[in-house]
Amino acid sequence: MPKYTLTINQKKQTVDVDKGTPLLWILRDNLNLTGTKYGCGEGICGSCVVHINGKVDRACILNVEDVVNNSITTIEGLAEQPNHPIFKTWIELEVMQCGYCQPGQIMTLAAMLEKNPKPSRKEIDDAMDNVLCRCGTYQRIRKAVDKLVEEGQ
Amino acid sequence: MKSSKIKRREFIKVVGLSGGGLFLASYVSFQDALAKPGDDPKIFTPSVYLKIDSNGIVTIIVHRSEMGQGVKTALPMLVAEELEVDWEKIVIEQADADKKYGSQTTGGSTSIRRSWEPLRVAGATARVMLITAAANKWNVAIENCEAEKGFVINNLNNEKLSYGDLVEEASKLPVPKGIKLKDPNDFKIIGKRVHRVDTPDKIYGIAKFGIDIVIPGMYYAAVKRCPTFGGRVSNFDATKSKSLSGVFDVVQISNGVAVIADSTWRALNGKDALNVDWDLGPNSQINSKDIHNELVKKSKTDGFKFQSRGDVDTEVEGEKLLEAVYEVPFIAHAPMEPMNCVAKFEHGKAELWAPTQNPQNARSEVAKALTISEDDVTVHVTLMGGGFGRRLVSDFAVEAAEISKATGKPVKLTWTREEDMKFGWYRPPSMHTLKGSVDNEGKPLKFSHHVIAPSIIQMRFSPNLPPHQYDIFEGTDNIEYQIPNFKIAGTVIPTHVPISWLRSVYNTQNPFAIESFIDEMASAAFMDPVEFRRNMLPDDSRLKNVLNVAAEKSGWGIGKILPKGRGRGIALFKGYDSFCAQVAEVTVNGNDLEVNRIVAVIDCGIVVNPDLVESQMEGSIAFALSAALKGKITIENGGVKESNFDDYEILTYNEMPKVEFHYIKNNYSVGGVGEVGVPPCAPALCNAIFAATGKRIRKLPIKLS
Repeated sequence: MPKYTLTINQKKQTVDVDKGTPLLWILRDNLNLTGTKYGCGEGICGSCVVHINGKVDRACILNVEDVVNNSITTIEGLAEQPNHPIFKTWIELEVMQCGYCQPGQIMTLAAMLEKNPKPSRKEIDDAMDNVLCRCGTYQRIRKAVDKLVEEGQ
Repeated sequence: MKSSKIKRREFIKVVGLSGGGLFLASYVSFQDALAKPGDDPKIFTPSVYLKIDSNGIVTIIVHRSEMGQGVKTALPMLVAEELEVDWEKIVIEQADADKKYGSQTTGGSTSIRRSWEPLRVAGATARVMLITAAANKWNVAIENCEAEKGFVINNLNNEKLSYGDLVEEASKLPVPKGIKLKDPNDFKIIGKRVHRVDTPDKIYGIAKFGIDIVIPGMYYAAVKRCPTFGGRVSNFDATKSKSLSGVFDVVQISNGVAVIADSTWRALNGKDALNVDWDLGPNSQINSKDIHNELVKKSKTDGFKFQSRGDVDTEVEGEKLLEAVYEVPFIAHAPMEPMNCVAKFEHGKAELWAPTQNPQNARSEVAKALTISEDDVTVHVTLMGGGFGRRLVSDFAVEAAEISKATGKPVKLTWTREEDMKFGWYRPPSMHTLKGSVDNEGKPLKFSHHVIAPSIIQMRFSPNLPPHQYDIFEGTDNIEYQIPNFKIAGTVIPTHVPISWLRSVYNTQNPFAIESFIDEMASAAFMDPVEFRRNMLPDDSRLKNVLNVAAEKSGWGIGKILPKGRGRGIALFKGYDSFCAQVAEVTVNGNDLEVNRIVAVIDCGIVVNPDLVESQMEGSIAFALSAALKGKITIENGGVKESNFDDYEILTYNEMPKVEFHYIKNNYSVGGVGEVGVPPCAPALCNAIFAATGKRIRKLPIKLS
């Protein structure tokens, strides 16, 4: 079994997995980083969004070979700043319901705001439309995004 | 928040080892399951829902399942209100499956309604016992003492004792009966926008949903199931699968062939490598069209007469008759977290970690499947990534338990999204024949509704269900409109497709047909849809009140004329002891439909947590819009055609309309809020499309072309 060294949340981690193993299952099964969720396995729903070198990507359709030598950030990495404005706003506006898709929502938003704290309406809509929520928290996500953008976070 | 969480964990570790204490016999009828008085004086356990330790830490046990609706916050609010304790200092624990809690079935919008009395009584009784204990210690009259924020205060000298200091004394006291509960006007916690207790863990990615649970020595399991409903394994060859690295074992279970491996990915690959011959069973030729044809055929019959008054058959001079047929398809729950379960079978006993809405059912189904006693099955309820009724069925728990028993290993079974989509328990399809008439003054004369659908209860529990007990009548038997000649009839058709309860169940169907047809009647009568409904409702009706408020808040009929292509529609619903009106506003441009705005008004009596009610309304609307705009499960060759979110789409961020939420403040007893917002949404939307275009939508999902 091949060994791969991955940089996850700024820590180097070596995993023994089959060639072609999706990052999602490495995070969840090998590293117990279960904040990255399995929702569809096809890159459709966005529950597994992580950052690869600061950019949004979907862990369920990234193979281990695709991500060696890259910097991977998961929701647990973002949560190393528990007072990150996104978390604070999420709590304040009581955004989530079941919470399952929320790491994907938050990671999607975090990457966008990191790049540009004042994204246009279209940029926001294009980014956030890619993450599904079955509970229907979209209105509150929108309110939270608007608040964060307004505050220039 | 963070620090209290750490404290909570430590605390759970401590109390996890001790049972004991005292329990209240006054309201719980499940005495036998409880500890004997005085087992452990350090912990005061005045009820199955509550314990207080000598450090003053109050633990409230939540016996319903948290699936996003907020019971983990709302139920403890009920206890805390009467207990007089600091909300911030409460520890919340999830209950395992146990009959001592009464029903734990989290469905039918019952959690608050059924807990309203017992949980407040639990809090109040504990409070009275703690006050009594303090009064005894101080040797003063109870009347001189009062409880506040986890302390009992002696009003004669302002001395105070914490609840923790009173645990030992209170445990010795007899349980008082007939405790007076607070007047709603004195509520301090109930009615407040208390923050959800589960938010931080979930947004930081550290909360453990069922799919995240890991136990020592655990293997990962996947199951290959027959592509047709009613089919089964003929034989299988596991040679290739077993040759893959990491695959540990392959076993046959009731629902198919299971592979266990050392990771989810390897289990999935092992499953794909299986070679299974299926006996496709008797249904392999059935397609959606056959089910549709059966509905059509039965719609031409009269059906079983369920309710009637007056005479809907005799012609009345000058009446304007109308008739319409409505139809909805199978739809899937599709919660974001696919079905999964962790199970460990060892020494004749099973232990499960299950994301279940129905823990006691999971327990009994597992016991049955493994032929062991229910006493030998422990079901821990995990967090769940949505439920919507899907997790009321225990199939995933039974599968995991069977795999663990057959392989002798603890396992985590994970369904793929495709399996979740194809092996569900679907909202049944239905057809509705509506007939009605209005007189030349615009008044309704006749209304009749014949619903044709498969019955969930008949299919799953009671093959010989008598017609008057048909569940397909749900949502037809609570119509408040005063129409002189009225009839409800129903016909059940068989189904080979598994069906079950989906958020608001038959209320996703019947009110769609009824509220749309009422709109058709208003139109035939040349009446405004709000006015037409208002005229049919008695003045003291709470439904009429939400109608009036929704009309007012939405600006119905006032001021400027809507631009071309824009329209408003209204629909009403009452159920779950609550009342809801929704006004939808849409823009139609050719075949493009945009839902701009939904004004939702709810009267659910006393509101426990307005924020949770509001989020349930937003969620109900999103759920109903997914069904109305997109939801359709197609049956092809005896199985489900759709497989993932690309061919079974749900509402997206950009499609979510603005929801304007209003609730009625009153002191009526609590109503359910998790489902009442679903039924009025689709008809309000379709009525709005009619207002915008003149086109009547009678079939879901909506197609404008």
